[in-house]
Amino acid sequence: MKIEIDQVRCVGAGQCVLAAPEVFDQREDDGIVELLDDVPAEEQWAASREAAQLCPAAAITIHED
Amino acid sequence: MPDQTDGRETDAPVVVVGAGAAGLATVDALRAGGHAGGIVLVGEEAHAPYDRPPLSKQVLAGTWEPERVTLRSVDDLAAARVDCRLGVRAVGADPDARTVALSDGSVLAYRDLVVATGAGARRLPFGHDLEGVHVLRDLDDVLGMKAALDRRDGARVVVVGAGFLGAEVAAVARDLGSEVSLVDTLELPLRSVLGDEVGAMVADLHREHGVALHLGHGIVSFTAASGAVSAVVLDEGTELPADLVVVAIGAVPAVDWLRGTTIPIAGESPDDGAGGIRCDEVGRAGDHVYAVGDVAAWWSPRENRFVRLEHRLTATEHARTVSRELLGLSREAAAPVPYFWSDQYDLKLQAFGLPSGGDEFRVVEGTLADRRFVGVYGHAGRVSAVIGAGKAKAVRQWRQAVAEGRSWDEVGSTTA
Ligand SMILES: Cc1cc2nc3c(=O)[nH]c(=O)nc-3n(C[C@H](O)[C@H](O)[C@H](O)COP(=O)(O)OP(=O)(O)OC[C@H]3O[C@@H](n4cnc5c(N)ncnc54)[C@H](O)[C@@H]3O)c2cc1C
Ligand code: SF4
Repeated sequence: MKIEIDQVRCVGAGQCVLAAPEVFDQREDDGIVELLDDVPAEEQWAASREAAQLCPAAAITIHED
Repeated sequence: MPDQTDGRETDAPVVVVGAGAAGLATVDALRAGGHAGGIVLVGEEAHAPYDRPPLSKQVLAGTWEPERVTLRSVDDLAAARVDCRLGVRAVGADPDARTVALSDGSVLAYRDLVVATGAGARRLPFGHDLEGVHVLRDLDDVLGMKAALDRRDGARVVVVGAGFLGAEVAAVARDLGSEVSLVDTLELPLRSVLGDEVGAMVADLHREHGVALHLGHGIVSFTAASGAVSAVVLDEGTELPADLVVVAIGAVPAVDWLRGTTIPIAGESPDDGAGGIRCDEVGRAGDHVYAVGDVAAWWSPRENRFVRLEHRLTATEHARTVSRELLGLSREAAAPVPYFWSDQYDLKLQAFGLPSGGDEFRVVEGTLADRRFVGVYGHAGRVSAVIGAGKAKAVRQWRQAVAEGRSWDEVGSTTA
């Protein structure tokens, strides 16, 4: 799995961090998403998918292959 | 394989009516969760599902091409075996026969019906037939408004309604060089939701940017010349010259097509579901009928009432919960905490919970004057919401206090 984020779309909602704190972080001030791990280990896959699903800005893309 | 549902065997698809954020998220979550049966997605707009929040921000400002709001292409939906009926309106439902009637004359049988019809812009009782009077809800609305703004440099814009939408439109129009007046019957922008202190901060922000605020006054009529609006008349007699009027006085849930059915519709009162479809705490409105997103008023055990929200994240969260019900999965333990954001000029407001203008309010970090702050709301002795700007991470950390309903007495204050 490879994760891609779009910082321009991101609205800083932090749903990704709530869902997958090992994979996503937010910048302190504006809350824009930062990737901690763009090729997460398998145990993070479910949480990463959940983050992508929850993101209200459709800013997270998951490439499954 | 036919599904066995209360004794009735059915091959019928899940029918999702409304192809906005909530409808799309439902479809996505069903497929992601392994739903193998049919799915039909019915949408009145001809556009593929798109995202609304950028409409009053990046799209109106012109920093995003309109195509960028598209959430999913029709091809991608087809690849996920979703039968899309776009440009078609649902006109009625028969929950006993489990069918939905569409504007093209067809009747769809459903295994389960998910109502995701959102809300439409509330209109004034007059004036919407005049050229230059706009509402902002759909992509076509914003494209029309943008074209009108682009036609005229330094247009005089009157925004009626200083809620989130009105305040955002005022900010963008001002940034584009328009002369902007913002009118509201309340004394402060956003007052009913965010209260006096945050409302005053927002008012100052708009004043600093050169917006003329006309607060505490309602509009009584328009003046028109050859079919086009020329001025807005306020109740104290002031006439505000206008090339363009944006009416942003709220939204009305799109439930009319279900009136007269057994599907329960809430009363108008915001304390009682604000006219949405009444659902239990997992979105069920009746046998095999669910509702999600702006149209849905879910029972909130935390609030002890039906709550209808118009927040982008709620659309997704509703969709997740309902899809779990439809997939027969166990319920998630934690009820979600509502979240919304609003961008005005450089200010990015973010909030968790359900703030209300009548709540107690305390700044716990930073200051409102700097517009970098975290503030918390208290209701009935509990932390009910948190809001902030320029401190996104700190705001998220306070979310926990909202989730657990922390005692208001434990909230320290930087000002007291
Ligand atoms: C301009 C604007 C800015 C916003 N900004 C923010 C923001 O900054 N932050 C935030 O949290 N939220 C914001 N929101 C709110 C957010 O966009 C909504 O909560 C979200 O779009 C709700 O999704 P929905 O799918 O429930 O409804 P909608 O997006 O309204 O989708 C419903 C769809 O159903 C269709 N439909 C209606 N009736 C029928 C019918 N009978 N048959 C078939 N189809 C039908 C409609 O045409 C529409 O396409 C904003 C909303 C707007 C309009
Ligand atoms: S959930 Fe989406 S919008 Fe929110 S911080 Fe993460 S990427 Fe950004």
